[in-house]
Amino acid sequence: MKVVVDMNKCQDHGQCVFAAPDVFRFDEAGRLAYVPDPDDALRDEVEEAADVCPLQAIRIED
Amino acid sequence: MSAPVVVAGASMAGLRAAEQLRAAGHTGPITLIGDEPHMPYNRPPLSKEVLAGKASFESLAFRPRAAVADVEWRLGTKVVSADLDRRRVRLDDGGTLSYAALVVATGMRPRRLRCPGPLAGRHTVRTLADARGLRAALTRPGVRVVVVGAGFIGCEVAATAVALGAAEVTVVDPLPLPMAGPLGELLGRALLRRHEARGVRFALGAGVTGFDGDGHVTGVVLDDGTVLPADVVVESVGSVANTEWLDGNGLDLTDGVLTDKHLRAGGRPDVVAVGDVARFPNARYDGVPRRVEHWSIPTDTAKHAARVLAAQLGGAEPEPAPFAPLPTFWSDQHDFRLQSFGAPALGLDDVRVIEGGPDGDLLAGYHRGGRLVGVVALGGTGAAAAAARHRAELLKTPALTA
Repeated sequence: MKVVVDMNKCQDHGQCVFAAPDVFRFDEAGRLAYVPDPDDALRDEVEEAADVCPLQAIRIED
Repeated sequence: MSAPVVVAGASMAGLRAAEQLRAAGHTGPITLIGDEPHMPYNRPPLSKEVLAGKASFESLAFRPRAAVADVEWRLGTKVVSADLDRRRVRLDDGGTLSYAALVVATGMRPRRLRCPGPLAGRHTVRTLADARGLRAALTRPGVRVVVVGAGFIGCEVAATAVALGAAEVTVVDPLPLPMAGPLGELLGRALLRRHEARGVRFALGAGVTGFDGDGHVTGVVLDDGTVLPADVVVESVGSVANTEWLDGNGLDLTDGVLTDKHLRAGGRPDVVAVGDVARFPNARYDGVPRRVEHWSIPTDTAKHAARVLAAQLGGAEPEPAPFAPLPTFWSDQHDFRLQSFGAPALGLDDVRVIEGGPDGDLLAGYHRGGRLVGVVALGGTGAAAAAARHRAELLKTPALTA
């Protein structure tokens, strides 16, 4: 699975970090960091993360 | 062919319901019916980026999941009545549709002020068309703006209007502080100060009794006789549930659609309500049914309701845990953000400063029975991150009453 976050849209709400902590996190500088090619077993939580992003900045490309 | 699941309402809640029905294993037909001409789009930017001219419609549209590529969209169409005993809805194009199950997702519309005066020049913000119309009015030079209602939308619109260069922006509200209803005095005072420092004026403790003007509004009349000159009026005074089409079916439609703990309406296993039209008990708190207009609710309700409905349609007898979402909301105003987790409105009688102070980043805790039930941060992203650190504790909150 391929995950793309539009960092021009991201406003650091962090909802994706709650939904899929194995894929999304904040780095030491407080900016969003993520795993661009997570294991397919994480699909449910990545879809949840995409759903709850207030900016709808997360895209899942198969 | 078998009757479809009919989703009345094709906005965010309707889309999420369709997606979650597929995720829960429902493979049968789904039909979404929506009165707006657009595919579902994200509404929070309407009072901010869209008003400011920074967002196109393409940037607002949701990307439906591939699993709903086969659903039928009837846009620009409205459900006008329903016969729940016969499992049938009637549409404004004269057609009728039979359903296997019904998802109520018709949402809210803005409440309007009914006092006398002209209608022209008075705006609301709910749809893309609303926001485009308001933007056209706000971008005329030297415009004087009166916002009626100091809630979330009113405060966001006032901030955007100032940024657009409006000559005067005044917010009117009967309460003594902005957003005092949901957030209380401590945050209300901090918000008032920040808005005033950025050029927003306030007429608080004041009601509106009428509008001046001959054909087009020229002023807003307050209950003490003051007239605020106005070229543009924004009415942000709450909302009304779109439930008239459900009349005559014995449902409790007092304020939205009353549901049980699984979002089912009227004791019917084949009818669920999702999004801000649903008045549901939250098992995390006191069990009192409430409507919730947070952005997270369409997704949360759709997920739970779709599981319940898919099991019902599949002939299973599910006993999932009752619906118990953790409420969360945010609001961007000027250069600051409000970020909330939990239920601050349940803890308004015991509000404490957890971190910071009234002039910088501020984190407030809301308590009930001595226990933290909600946190609200005001400030930059650092404040929001501080609020998020309390989320795990709030998630552990058991029901306040058994």
